Amino acid sequence: MKHLLGASVSLAVLTLLGGTALAADCGIASGSVRILSNDFDVLKVVADGAKECANDKVKVTANLSSQHKDLQVPALTVNPAEYTVAVVANNSIAPLLNGDLVRPLDDLIAKYGQDLQPNQLIKVDGKTVAIAFDANSQHLFYRKDILDKAGVQPPKSYEDVLAAAKAIKDKGILEYPLAAADKPGWDLGAEFVNLYLGSGGDFFEPGSAKLAINNDNGVKTLQMMKDLSQYMPPDYLTYDANEMKAAYLAGKVAMMDGWGSYAGSVIGPDSPSKDVAAQTVLAAAPTFNGGSTASASLWWDGFAIAKNISDEDATASFQAMMHAIRPEVATQHPDVAPWLIKGFQPGPAAVGVIATANGNAKPYPMLPYMGLLHTALSNEIGDFLKGSKDAKKTLDDINAAYEASAKEGGFLN
Amino acid sequence: MKHRTFFWFILPSALAMLLFIALPVVSVAIQSLYIEHSKVMVTVESCGPFGCTKDTHVDAEKTLELQRAEPLGRFNGLGTYFNRSHLAVAEIGTILANNTGLSDVAGRIYALPLYRALAFTLAYCFLVTPLAMLLGFLIALGVNGLPHLIKGPAIFISLLPMIITPLVGSLIIYWMIDSNGIIGANLQALFHDPNLYLKASPVLTWVVLILYGIWTNAPFSFVVFYAGLQMVPQDTLESAMVDGASRWERIRFVVIPSIAPLATFVALVQLMDNFRVFEPIVGFNAEANASSLSSAIFEDLHGQNAQLFGSAAATSVLTIIGVVILLTPVLIRTWREFSRKAV
Repeated sequence: MKHLLGASVSLAVLTLLGGTALAADCGIASGSVRILSNDFDVLKVVADGAKECANDKVKVTANLSSQHKDLQVPALTVNPAEYTVAVVANNSIAPLLNGDLVRPLDDLIAKYGQDLQPNQLIKVDGKTVAIAFDANSQHLFYRKDILDKAGVQPPKSYEDVLAAAKAIKDKGILEYPLAAADKPGWDLGAEFVNLYLGSGGDFFEPGSAKLAINNDNGVKTLQMMKDLSQYMPPDYLTYDANEMKAAYLAGKVAMMDGWGSYAGSVIGPDSPSKDVAAQTVLAAAPTFNGGSTASASLWWDGFAIAKNISDEDATASFQAMMHAIRPEVATQHPDVAPWLIKGFQPGPAAVGVIATANGNAKPYPMLPYMGLLHTALSNEIGDFLKGSKDAKKTLDDINAAYEASAKEGGFLN
Repeated sequence: MKHRTFFWFILPSALAMLLFIALPVVSVAIQSLYIEHSKVMVTVESCGPFGCTKDTHVDAEKTLELQRAEPLGRFNGLGTYFNRSHLAVAEIGTILANNTGLSDVAGRIYALPLYRALAFTLAYCFLVTPLAMLLGFLIALGVNGLPHLIKGPAIFISLLPMIITPLVGSLIIYWMIDSNGIIGANLQALFHDPNLYLKASPVLTWVVLILYGIWTNAPFSFVVFYAGLQMVPQDTLESAMVDGASRWERIRFVVIPSIAPLATFVALVQLMDNFRVFEPIVGFNAEANASSLSSAIFEDLHGQNAQLFGSAAATSVLTIIGVVILLTPVLIRTWREFSRKAV
């Protein structure tokens, strides 16, 4: 038994060693590259790409964790920072900027960023603070066969979605044709943000941290969330984005507001359900409230380089990341994400995100206090959907909850 | 034991307790009195893949200067304790001054985050503790009566709920009660109600969480009571049998009195544990229908972007105060028994 254990351990070590990618020449003299990143397909591709730069003078490690948001601020505050590269998105870059933890990249871009396109640069006050490499958003996934059977046209607006859901239910095709990620926590807040953006309202009073959702658009957004929920299974408040995807793949859902980042795994060749994959159409996020913009927030994934590290490590990190997002990566992995990289030809999985972006959807606000609002939304909307509060009271409560935390965070006085 | 010997004997553990328990509690209490500095905001243009906008951003340099001058933040006194996320004094004042009756008051107070968390925490505490103790006691009696050969396996099986990591245990049951899971689907068939979703209604969610709590807490009571049963005086039991006492009468008049002190101990530990209920809420994705003091702390520390240390610290201090209040009656009882014996 002991021998067997020993053998399997050494086998595991061997596989680990064998698993590291072949060394590539990234032009790095020396240095240490330490990546902190969220954990999904496209970010794995990027981290693996950076690891190809490892050799005896260059060390590359990557920590891919869905808890990266909790780690990044303390890990980049210490000097020298625990990680040299922070892979971030619109929302998670805010705390790094608040704490002045990332360095301006303009010099490095001038030297090593020949392949970058202007729209990849995330600039604040003229300085480039991060490089984006892909776009993401929630958008409509629908089942063509079910809509055809119910005799409805593909929905363009959320009002159409309601009508189509009613038709599907009335014809007895599916008892609960819709699904949404309505679990309090991150998801429920994001659903509100998507619809509210589509309604055309602003979240905050211009130039201040004062909340501005307590209006007609806020009420309509909540009402639409509730109207949609009547076509979802009774336990819809426990669904997060992944469970929604599982229910969709199980063939139980006709339409959902899913993520572009998993479109490839739903319709791609490895899809667990070939029938669902064959009938799935990806479309722009629906409009709402008579508006003309797609009701979704646009996201980018990108990376920033820590401030509290040596220039040598910063250069090495930048070069390794440039290698990880070089144009060939987009050609080799066209289906993992809608890349923003030069020369990317969108594959079938990117259609939804691109249609949503072309539908003039707005980006998720990169504001420092947006996270506090997101939490307040997630905590207060559940009661409204369950029917124990009306819309007006819910908006008042969101306002009060947000104000309490914004005061504590030093954004409001 | 001489005082001197006792001092040296207790010193290491006293030091550890001071360092790892007392000091953190003090630091948390201090933290709860502070909030973050006012952020210095600037409006600048920010650009990305989706265009440019004029946005407000934190002026990091100026804000960091403030932070370096006073690392703890701004002194806020008990302000955090009284705000809406905690005791909500002002909100409760408004509710009491202006309402349409008792159920309106209860409903509106329940909508405040701390009171909602407290409601579930207390319900969980006071239902799970006695019921899990009762179940544990019954299992102990049952196992004690088994023949020697199958006692070992029976003990092992009874301990399983405690051995399984709480989060894993709750996840497994969560999947089983799903409408596609083995329990959920069978219940739907049994009641001929395709709309019976255990995860959907607040009441059913509470029932599931509390049943889970009993399931996972019973083994602890079982272990302690089982050990206690081994020490029940055999001769008293035998003489009771000679006197013609039934099994129930033996349990009622011999077994229960002799293990009653253990029950106090178990109740103490379980009350403390259950007051900090956390894992099942996460495991059962029950955030929409139940929250507890611990899950409120978790949320403050695990926010989207910002961690609200002051808020989390205030809830922690309130939790400690809650535990002290809960334990006071039990402690007083123990103290009385102790002094009675000393006399």
